[in-house]
Amino acid sequence: MAQFLQQMVNGLSIGSVYALMAVGYSLVYSVMNFSNFAHGGVIMFGAYFGFFGITLLKLPFPAAFVLAFVGTAILAVLIERIAYKPLRERKAPFLYFIISAMGASIFLENIIIATIGPTFRTYPDVFGRSSIALGPVAVGRLDLIMFAVSAVCLTGLVLFVEKTRMGRAIQASAYNMKAAALMGVNTDRVVMIVFAIGGMLAGIAGVFFGMKYTVYPQIGNITTKSFVAAVFGGLGSLPGAVLGSILLGIIETLVAGYLSSQFRDLIAFVILIGVLVFRPTGIMGKTTEDKA
Amino acid sequence: MSSYIEGIIMLSGINLIAVLGLSLLTGFAGLFSFGHAGFMAIGAYSAAICTTILKLPFAVGIAAGGATAAGASWLIGRATLKLKGDYFCIATLGFGEAIRLILDNFQGLGGARGWPGIPPSTTIWNILILDVIGVALLANLVRSRHGRNMIAVREEELAAQVAGIDVFKYKMLALVVSAAYAGVAGSLLAHYMTFIQPKMFSMVKSTELTIIVIFGGLGSISGSVLGAVVLTFLPELLRAVDKWRLVVYGLAVIGIMIGRPRGLMGGFELTPASLRRHFADRKEAKAAKAAQVAEDAELGKDGL
Repeated sequence: MAQFLQQMVNGLSIGSVYALMAVGYSLVYSVMNFSNFAHGGVIMFGAYFGFFGITLLKLPFPAAFVLAFVGTAILAVLIERIAYKPLRERKAPFLYFIISAMGASIFLENIIIATIGPTFRTYPDVFGRSSIALGPVAVGRLDLIMFAVSAVCLTGLVLFVEKTRMGRAIQASAYNMKAAALMGVNTDRVVMIVFAIGGMLAGIAGVFFGMKYTVYPQIGNITTKSFVAAVFGGLGSLPGAVLGSILLGIIETLVAGYLSSQFRDLIAFVILIGVLVFRPTGIMGKTTEDKA
Repeated sequence: MSSYIEGIIMLSGINLIAVLGLSLLTGFAGLFSFGHAGFMAIGAYSAAICTTILKLPFAVGIAAGGATAAGASWLIGRATLKLKGDYFCIATLGFGEAIRLILDNFQGLGGARGWPGIPPSTTIWNILILDVIGVALLANLVRSRHGRNMIAVREEELAAQVAGIDVFKYKMLALVVSAAYAGVAGSLLAHYMTFIQPKMFSMVKSTELTIIVIFGGLGSISGSVLGAVVLTFLPELLRAVDKWRLVVYGLAVIGIMIGRPRGLMGGFELTPASLRRHFADRKEAKAAKAAQVAEDAELGKDGL
């Protein structure tokens, strides 16, 4: 039982970081209606910003953390302005958006390989290796902080989307971009804000993944899991993305703990196929209708 | 011909087959796949099982490679092609990675370390013949009623559906044919390298194939042919700056989407008829320009 609880806690902590990625991806998907496959590149840059903030600029961790997520927010907005905005203005087919996103993702990954090289880098030990005992389970400091920060970010996001004017504008644009624009919503700004939020959350997730594992140019491939989590929870739904991510994190940890760690990455795809075959709308998703 | 040049020609011929398939899927049916290397992997491993373990002839291996890849794609299509949104895209992404992970962990076929000792049955003539057949089949398919229906689905799904086109059927047809091409390419690759490893069929391979299709031009078969040949030779010439190659490709892909989304050839096919038309147009343009110049000169004289 203690072991099971331990796995649950570990799963919850990694799942909450998946949620940061999946929410950013879902937010962009719900407004723009296409999968932003450059999200992984932004996460990777977040990991590098944080890493070089601590090692090269000798910043204290909180400052490096802020540097990382501000940097990725700017990066995500830049990508949108350069790679998607011209397409948006031309009302190009969604295929072009996906291809442009792929181009951006290839560029981001390879500019890092070409300039600072493909080596794996390890974050310096910021929080210490000791763990905190919570009843029968021992929680690593990093895991606890990951969970706490993710929870704060996600709550903040929900409040922002539900309570502010901008949040309502985002909801309206997700429902129908054209109608929202006719009602006086500055949809161009909505898109910018959505990318900034997505980029910010991606940067935070990137720092945590860098600390939990290592930093390397392909670390962005981990976003595949956020796509799976988003489909699992219901594509385009924010609560769905969070729920899907946390469940995915827990299932992965349980599989790694009780079966084999080799199956940890495979289980995500088994879930993906299962969901697509039996319940394509996911857990929370209501509709698969195209917004024509 | 030196064996080095021959090797590159063979590789570009193999790439071409996979690219032709992807060209049908993305260029003509408007579907985007991240998992085409996965179909190549299925083809490569099935063909290798046929020739190496079951000792069947190479031709059977190629056919089996194409058929198994097509079968796998049918399963994915059945689950995702009816859904609106990016489900298909995400499913192909997951599929490509899943195939690689399964092969990585399946020790019976060599696991992550790879599978050596596949007979070197692929010759340059096998490849060239299959290239010609591949181009001919595809050219006929896209010009048939089925091909035109696919283009209609790509251009305006809703309108196509209203006009009575079975959207699901044509998406599925494009996917299955495209996967079969990838499977055949995988079989050829396995018997050319005589060694296969799951790593050879990673997402990088899938994106490289897509890049070739985009450079060549969405909806152009001759563009895909040109793209496959040029983009297989180019890295060999630019070995020195290889690490910047993908940086440039990434930027170029964005640039093409923004500036010239139909790619280099975009919709233009290189056929004798199209060439004649092109040159006729140019002759006409030249004549028109000459007339214009003459007229200007005339006007100039009047002005004086």
